[in-house]
Amino acid sequence: MSNSHAVVAEQFDDRAQQHEASSLGMWIFLATEIMFFGGLFTAYTVYRNIHTAAFETASHLLNAKLGAFNTAVLICSSLTMALAVQAAQMGKRKRLITYLLSTMALGLVFIYIKFILEWHHDFLEGLAPGLHFTYAGPHASRVELFFCFYFIMTGVHALHMIVGEGVMTVLLVMAWRGAFSQERYNPIEMMGLYWHFVDIVWIFLFPLLYLLGARF
Amino acid sequence: MSEHIAPKKLYFFVFASLLVLTLLTWQIAYVDLGQWNIVVALAIAVGKASLVAMFFMHLRWSGSMMRIVVCAAVFWLAIMITLTLGDVLTRGRVVPSQGWHTSAAILHTAAPANQQR
Repeated sequence: MSNSHAVVAEQFDDRAQQHEASSLGMWIFLATEIMFFGGLFTAYTVYRNIHTAAFETASHLLNAKLGAFNTAVLICSSLTMALAVQAAQMGKRKRLITYLLSTMALGLVFIYIKFILEWHHDFLEGLAPGLHFTYAGPHASRVELFFCFYFIMTGVHALHMIVGEGVMTVLLVMAWRGAFSQERYNPIEMMGLYWHFVDIVWIFLFPLLYLLGARF
Repeated sequence: MSEHIAPKKLYFFVFASLLVLTLLTWQIAYVDLGQWNIVVALAIAVGKASLVAMFFMHLRWSGSMMRIVVCAAVFWLAIMITLTLGDVLTRGRVVPSQGWHTSAAILHTAAPANQQR
């Protein structure tokens, strides 16, 4: 197989067309993801409007400091991901591997904080609906509803990160074997689009879940 | 085209802006702005999301096809949220026998009608 075949798949005229096609496909997938998360955000907005006081009380029970720190961690991982794509575009294999590894490490830090420092703590505090819910303050049943939203929304977000970590592991092995070059880096760029999208979801989750609790 | 290679400096600038906006949104949450807290928080979130989409996701250098897909996705999301809230937030203001009312005084007359349902 000649080199040009490896770079441009049979069905495309040239690299530009192939690049446009893969980006478009990825963006359409992300559009479906927007609808998926959009449904959760809409439901959350509706119930927040109905039970405003209870949702604010419940939001107080979350650790805004950890939420803010995790936001920063995710933004750092987005930067390293953007730099990984740039390194791939320039055909710098070592830099690509370094940036992919840092993105994965930062993603794992986020997941560790989320699951071990936050979820585990919430569970021990008796804030896990259905499993261990012992909160007995005002509006207890509505606080429970808030925590249903909290665990499902952050859980689905974390699941997206875990999937991202898996795909990135595959890309890391491919990069290690020299599968990418200045002419062929589409998979890295599509990974970037996915990772940044997951970052954007968190950018909305953080203020909606942690900050709108009238903390003053 | 999106095969444009952005300079490192730009990425670091966007990164710094995102961190500053995160700090800002976090600190503003501790200041009582009444109804405006939610507006400011969401405005900052939209600003951050736009920065990520434009620069990290290369939309700034993408073709119009990509922009149409993004706009369509956001537009559909807006339809879902607007129509849903249009229903939920106006419940109780519409009395089936009397039609559409907005004044608060009429809400009291609407209450018994609601209870019958």
